Amino acid sequence: MTPTDLHTPGPQAPEPWVLEPLTRTDFVRYQGASGDMNPVHHDEEFARAAGYPAPLAVGMFAAGVMNSWATAWLGADNVRRTRMRWKKPAFPGTQLTISGEIKRRFEVDGEGRLEVEVTATDEDGDVSVIAWLEFVDG
Amino acid sequence: MVNPDALNACGAPFEMDIERGKIDEFARAVRSTDPAHLSGERPVIPPTFLTTMFFWEKRVEGSSPWALVEMSEERGMHAEQEYVFHGPPPRAGDRLTGTSRVAEITTRTSRSGVGLMFVKMITEFRDDTGRLVAEAILTGVEKDR
Repeated sequence: MTPTDLHTPGPQAPEPWVLEPLTRTDFVRYQGASGDMNPVHHDEEFARAAGYPAPLAVGMFAAGVMNSWATAWLGADNVRRTRMRWKKPAFPGTQLTISGEIKRRFEVDGEGRLEVEVTATDEDGDVSVIAWLEFVDG
Repeated sequence: MVNPDALNACGAPFEMDIERGKIDEFARAVRSTDPAHLSGERPVIPPTFLTTMFFWEKRVEGSSPWALVEMSEERGMHAEQEYVFHGPPPRAGDRLTGTSRVAEITTRTSRSGVGLMFVKMITEFRDDTGRLVAEAILTGVEKDR
């Protein structure tokens, strides 16, 4: 594996995805689907008592949307690993832009892999969530 | 406050059926329009779908050792999440058995001098032949102030 491998032609990343500003409905729909019913994500009074100005975005919701963007690009059957980290909280009204690029090409047990880094950036240009995914290459 | 004695605690195995309707509901909730999730008899799961193990854990007492970690609700948070698939991800119709364990507890001091305790819980998912199909790795962090 050499750095030049990164320069061999690979699948082109799709255009960044500018999401509609986040809504409470996004959080509630995700919470119902996932089973995480933490009230800090939908109960206004609970969120304020916890020190937040409004219900806190569900971290796994934005991360899930980022994964949707990446698998639409490189194939839902091809994903072998996904890792996500939260950097900055988001709230209703936050507008996230999802983008990403191939960072690395390598092999695992003779199978080609692509590593993709995906970020969700807010309207201030700050990274809210970062994710790394590995896909079968080809 | 994280209880270091929780290290290596293991949960009771729980069954998890991968269901088409749940995949559809979850995929739409994460804004997917991919037919790989939304059509066909046996759609593949979205990459973060195994988070719905919450519903299946609740059916088996003692399945989640996370309760033993005793992480503070005020100073604790979800720092990182990872899913590993040992082959193509599971599809509707698969029946998996999940087993969780507290795999790691480490401490670190942040640049601003705050003490951080990281706790990692790994859930292994196996099929009915015992093959390791997927792993979910949850990392929580608790600040000391």
